[in-house]
Amino acid sequence: MNKTGSQILIEALVEQGVDTVFGYPGGQAINIYDELYKNSDRIRHVLTAHEQGAAHAADGYFRATGKVGVVIATSGPGATNLVTGIATAMLDSVPMVAITGNVPCDLIGRDSFQEIDITGVTLPITKHNYFVNDVTKLADTVREAFQIARSGRPGPVLIDIPKDVQMALCEYEVKEPLPLTVNEKADEADIQAAVELLKSCKRPYIYIGGGAIGSGVAEEIIAFADKIDAVIGCTLMGISAVPTENPRFLGMQGMHGHYASSMAQNNADLILAIGVRFSDRTTGNKKKFAVNSKIIQLDIDFAEINKNIAVDVGIYGDIGDAFKRIAEQTPAQTHPDWITFVNKLRKKEEAYDMPTDTLTPKKAVQIINSVTTPDTVIATDVGQHQMWAAQYCSFSKNRKFVSSGGLGTMGFGLGAAIGASIGSGERTVLITGDGSFGMNLNELATAVSTNVPVTVVIFNNGVLGMVRQWQTLFFDRHYSNTVLDRKTDFVKLAEAFGAKGLRADNAEEFEAAMKEAFATDGPVVIDCKIDKDEFVLPMIPPGGSMDDLIAEKGAIK
Amino acid sequence: MNNKFVIAVYVENKFGVLTRVTSMFTRRGFNIDALTVGETESPEYSRITLTMSGSGYAKQQMINQLRKLQNVKKVEELEPETSINRELMLIKVCNNPETRQDIMSAVSIFRCKIIDYSTEALSIEITGEPSKINAFIEIMKPFDIIEMCRTGIVALERGSGSILEKSDH
Repeated sequence: MNKTGSQILIEALVEQGVDTVFGYPGGQAINIYDELYKNSDRIRHVLTAHEQGAAHAADGYFRATGKVGVVIATSGPGATNLVTGIATAMLDSVPMVAITGNVPCDLIGRDSFQEIDITGVTLPITKHNYFVNDVTKLADTVREAFQIARSGRPGPVLIDIPKDVQMALCEYEVKEPLPLTVNEKADEADIQAAVELLKSCKRPYIYIGGGAIGSGVAEEIIAFADKIDAVIGCTLMGISAVPTENPRFLGMQGMHGHYASSMAQNNADLILAIGVRFSDRTTGNKKKFAVNSKIIQLDIDFAEINKNIAVDVGIYGDIGDAFKRIAEQTPAQTHPDWITFVNKLRKKEEAYDMPTDTLTPKKAVQIINSVTTPDTVIATDVGQHQMWAAQYCSFSKNRKFVSSGGLGTMGFGLGAAIGASIGSGERTVLITGDGSFGMNLNELATAVSTNVPVTVVIFNNGVLGMVRQWQTLFFDRHYSNTVLDRKTDFVKLAEAFGAKGLRADNAEEFEAAMKEAFATDGPVVIDCKIDKDEFVLPMIPPGGSMDDLIAEKGAIK
Repeated sequence: MNNKFVIAVYVENKFGVLTRVTSMFTRRGFNIDALTVGETESPEYSRITLTMSGSGYAKQQMINQLRKLQNVKKVEELEPETSINRELMLIKVCNNPETRQDIMSAVSIFRCKIIDYSTEALSIEITGEPSKINAFIEIMKPFDIIEMCRTGIVALERGSGSILEKSDH
């Protein structure tokens, strides 16, 4: 049957099982929006306040559900507003399909109104992208886009569709989604090399990243850690893969990682790295990173093997398959000395921590933990609050931590929290700062109009805390442009948007506010006062190593 | 240590593919000395031959990152011992009675051709390994080079095989 390009786009999305898209209409997307209007029973379109919010929402939607997020925008500024959202998805390997309208083909290249070469702009920040100038190619392009976005190491794909292609007619027939490209199986020789190293190790540390969540091997990892008496640490992207309460789990390592996790990694004699890319935030000075340790690296992306850290055994291939083969062939082991050593590190970590009744960031996160359920999604923005959330939030299920790791996108959180909540149907807590929240708070309008149960907790310290922390430590306390000193009343602001606003100046008030928020049907903003000189600790200074670790505030001069 | 590498890349013969490849070089900070692109035995594919300088790490990274691009079908390093490399150059030098004979002798010794002749200039076509071309340029320098244009290396593996048949990893 003949259909227009816009109709074909909708049908192709339905083929892929898409039932929710995020976006914002405009002149060159109006035909697509007309079809969304006619198909509102099949696809829910969530209108955001800004295209960037829509892109982050599509991203958060995936992170919380594992389903590809879809975002639609018009040409020109609509398309460029997606850029930060697409780049965020790229750096964290999030599958997303971004669809943009463009001016008709005969106006392309003439600097027409709202014309931009968005495939050119997004070339370095997409896994792949398409400019579709022929309606007969449209359906297959959408199919391929979903296949590419989800296969292997996932990532965002953009499809740019000129308006005349949206209007052109062609034959359409329904097809099944393309199967994902089959992941290659790791070489047996590499597996054997890994097993040999594992057999002789005395201090094993299993190090997991986002790839461990994506490949669904978290349970096998826990079982294997028990089998070989290893401890487990993770990257920011690996948070929530393993339940926080697991006795072998030491939490995030790296620049602001848990003391015990970073120290254990530094003292391990074998690191089994699964789906991590050894980002500079996790390694610090690469010459001094894990010098005592052999490293086995498993990744589905061959380009990550030896990219940032030269490893002893690099295993390229399907992580699930490779990991199971390693686990089966490695004999059980016990390492009581290692476990005793790690437990001492944990004791030391606990000792750094003074119990307090004041509303410290840790206390605030603990109060959040006391109110959340295992199904609650925690989203964050970027900065100090993000690190406190990463350090102290408790998780028992995976895909519950939604945070911008690689790109470190301030302003990510609110859109992502809305997308995560819509996708998962779960109550979502956004932990943000007054700086990050200020960037994209316009999405409160979206939260209100969709009535999502998103609780926004603003760690309000009146400063750009993370940069301020660096200024304190490395720039002689020159607080250049990090003191916000704004007069924004976040409670009134929330109310102005139609949300509930609450204020908390101490722990009791915050606990009461969290409980009230969790009893509220719809978005709530809690303005939570935090001292401006709170530090995220421990800290390995940028480019430093464990030798430079700042473990407690007393050590700062 | 910096070495020169020659890498052959089969890419889908589609609009914009060369941009995807070169954009990746910029993003990853790879230094390309020369790049040629043209038709192949199959209308579906174009073949890019690129010459880069860098460490072994940079070479491996470039090959890995090229292999990740969706429109790239095949990437292989062509080692000097097992491949044939050729480059074409057109060079225009001043023509005057005092130097003409010396230029003609060089052309004859280097087995290249004069392909355009005017009272003021001679244009010469030379094909060969880059080292031969470099040597010819040195010879021509005293005769006042007006313009020159090199194609960059094109290369094939020796023997009967096609790089498309080789496995990636």
